[in-house]
Amino acid sequence: MSSDLVEILLKGLGETLYMVVATGIIANIIGFILGIFMAITDKGNIWQHIKFNNALGTVINTFRSVPEIILIVVLIPLTRIIVGTSLGTTATIFPLVVGLSPYLARIFESSLRTVERGKIEAALSMGANQYQIVTKVIIPEALPSIIRGITLGLISIIAATAVAGATGAGGLGDLAIRFGYQRYRTDILYSTVIIIILMVQGVQFFGDFSARYVNKKRYKFE
Amino acid sequence: MISISNISKEYSTPYGKVTALKNVNLTIEKGDIYGIVGFSGAGKSTLIRCINRLEEPDSGNIIIDGIDITALDNKALNKSRKKIGMIFQQFNLLDSRTVSENISFSLELDKMPKKKIKERVEEILELVDLSDKKDAYPSQLSGGQKQRVGIARALANKPDILLSDEATSALDPLTTYSILELLRDINKKLNITIILITHELDVIKYICKNTAVIEQGEIIEQGQTESLFLNPKSATLKKFIEILTNFQGKDTFSVGEGI
Repeated sequence: MSSDLVEILLKGLGETLYMVVATGIIANIIGFILGIFMAITDKGNIWQHIKFNNALGTVINTFRSVPEIILIVVLIPLTRIIVGTSLGTTATIFPLVVGLSPYLARIFESSLRTVERGKIEAALSMGANQYQIVTKVIIPEALPSIIRGITLGLISIIAATAVAGATGAGGLGDLAIRFGYQRYRTDILYSTVIIIILMVQGVQFFGDFSARYVNKKRYKFE
Repeated sequence: MISISNISKEYSTPYGKVTALKNVNLTIEKGDIYGIVGFSGAGKSTLIRCINRLEEPDSGNIIIDGIDITALDNKALNKSRKKIGMIFQQFNLLDSRTVSENISFSLELDKMPKKKIKERVEEILELVDLSDKKDAYPSQLSGGQKQRVGIARALANKPDILLSDEATSALDPLTTYSILELLRDINKKLNITIILITHELDVIKYICKNTAVIEQGEIIEQGQTESLFLNPKSATLKKFIEILTNFQGKDTFSVGEGI
């Protein structure tokens, strides 16, 4: 085992964490807002706008159907305008956000739709407006499902950053390809795989734990 | 006073149009307990849901204390809805909130100060006899307790009208009895108008002063509950009474049973 291993891995891990956290925050916020609009504008929902819903749904589907690696390449000119460069870790965050926000929007949409119609009707009967129904009924009632959605989303983001490594984005995926594949450094290859597995496990554990905590509070029996 | 005039409602289904309500006219006096009875699909649920416009009628007016509910815009409708409480067959409580938080929901909408909310919630909890359950979550309650929370939540804003959409249909006979007692109690104490729809004739017999019978979207019979039962004219009511007497036969029931 070479002495540079730890140093290389730490740098890669740092870059991956940076991409995951930044993409995670931005894509979750955009996805959440889009998910709310998708859920409430559909037919029979509290802010019915079918044309808007169809249009937004089409845009989301379009971005979802392009594989992440191709999206990164296609978006290069736009990335240059927005970030200033198309190279490196920071530049990759933009296409990652564009690719993952629609995916997260669909996850949040299905979470928010799990709230029974009757609960929303009860709130309507008490004179709640749409904003109050979203913030006081739909989001709190769907919370355990939302937490599981965020967990699923974060794991997809980790996977996407590894793929982005192939285009020179830095991070663990980059190390696996440049060192592990191109220079036969199997020690780096396997180390990156193990670190990514541990990250995914950690996110899953934390997500399950939080969702269970919320459910336990709500559904405990005396 | 609530006056419903010429309310009609149609649904479009893949199999053609279904008439849910056909020129319904009803007048309900303040402080009344008014029952609307009918078989499944007769349109009773649609009718009661038109009163707070959870369902939009196609035509006709509903005037509550001089205000035409059917003509209100969203903002005015929300304001009017605060004076019309509603309880449901499936309770529809929020699992994310404790009993007291469920009850305070409608008060939070108007940003009432926390201290005042707390006082009001305590008051209502006492009325529905649930003070010991105020920090429990709905999942920890029995059906009857859940409906009590439902009633408390509907009453928190001091409404003039309480709509009951099959509120006892999911409860056992004894619990039904206690919920009806509670409804009668609050009707007397608060002088609140109660409109309840049900397919349980015993509920009507037990609590309603006036009753209307609905059949295929039309009110076919209405009047004082007692005289209606003594002299049923419509096929629906005759059938209802026949089923009731056949089920009960000649057995004697003690108070509350058979409801």
